[in-house]
Amino acid sequence: MDNIIRVGMADLKSSRHPCVLTTLGLGSCVGIALYDAHSKVVGLAHIMLPSSTQSRNKSNVAKFADTAIEKLVEEMIKLGANKRHLVAKIAGGAQMFAFEDSSEMMRIGTRNVISTKEKLEELKIPIIAEDTGGNYGRTIELYSSDGSLLVRTIGHGVKKI
Amino acid sequence: MSFDINDLNNLHIDVLREIGNIGAGNAATALAEMLGKKVDMDVPKVRIVEFKDVSDILGGAEMIVVGILLNVYGDIKGNILFILQIDAAHVLVNMLLGKPLECKEDFNEIEISALKEIGNILTGSYISALSGLTGLDIKPSVPNMAVDMAGAIISVPAIEFGKIGDNVLYIETEFKEGSNRVIGDFFLIPDIESYEIMLKALGVLG
Repeated sequence: MDNIIRVGMADLKSSRHPCVLTTLGLGSCVGIALYDAHSKVVGLAHIMLPSSTQSRNKSNVAKFADTAIEKLVEEMIKLGANKRHLVAKIAGGAQMFAFEDSSEMMRIGTRNVISTKEKLEELKIPIIAEDTGGNYGRTIELYSSDGSLLVRTIGHGVKKI
Repeated sequence: MSFDINDLNNLHIDVLREIGNIGAGNAATALAEMLGKKVDMDVPKVRIVEFKDVSDILGGAEMIVVGILLNVYGDIKGNILFILQIDAAHVLVNMLLGKPLECKEDFNEIEISALKEIGNILTGSYISALSGLTGLDIKPSVPNMAVDMAGAIISVPAIEFGKIGDNVLYIETEFKEGSNRVIGDFFLIPDIESYEIMLKALGVLG
């Protein structure tokens, strides 16, 4: 049985093979799965907010897309990953509630996805798959054996990306 | 901004719990009238939770629930989130629409409207009690509904707290029907400045 490691909201974890990293109930938050196929080191972050630059309180780096990705890459390198081999898969960024006065709060999912992509591009980590947007929650599981990401939803099926 | 979640003392917590008590008490009465059944409620909980534990506060991040979310505005700002267990939501709409109680098909348009209206009425009674207690002007937005994983739904108001800190502070009241069957949970999740305003209005913060 694989070692299952759970990642909470505003949290990140990395591990060597064999393991499954999972995060449950992603809504507007984005799950960022990184994988190095050579070393089989995996990392998963569950971010809530797009950018640390707009926040006064930055004590938890896992909360923001920009700082979480940096920290995750750093941790994975310590575990033996090679930055040039890293690939990313992302999921989440939904809009759970459709408010008519689409306030800033309600568009946070889209902004989380955009910011995640910008940071990954800056670090030259290619996004090889994504399942983002929509109006529904997602649970994801990242497998260290092959880097596959299982996305489960309620009423919108299960897929492997 | 001087107010910090970590500065709350026991008196503040007691006052916030009383806010939940009066608000949810009013809402429970409204629900009981709608159903023609007795609705019990637990002593409200005032909780401060780290984000990594937020997904599980409803008993499981992946549990399917009906979430009805409203913005509140006026003197205080924030959200009210009414969570109904999926089975309870079915029973509730079936009772209101005169369908067999065990019917559990996906909610149709009429049922969704009915659920939103339930959210509206309950939230309205919660807010009017809160408003009467504090003397503050508080208005609700139109309700929005989602049927999905508990974790994904609860993350929406939680994200607002992410902008200022690492914890979520909320006032939760659990509703029960008759024996011990949980119907749902009522969450008042004001933004951080609004906690300060409410506590000041009640004379327990300088």
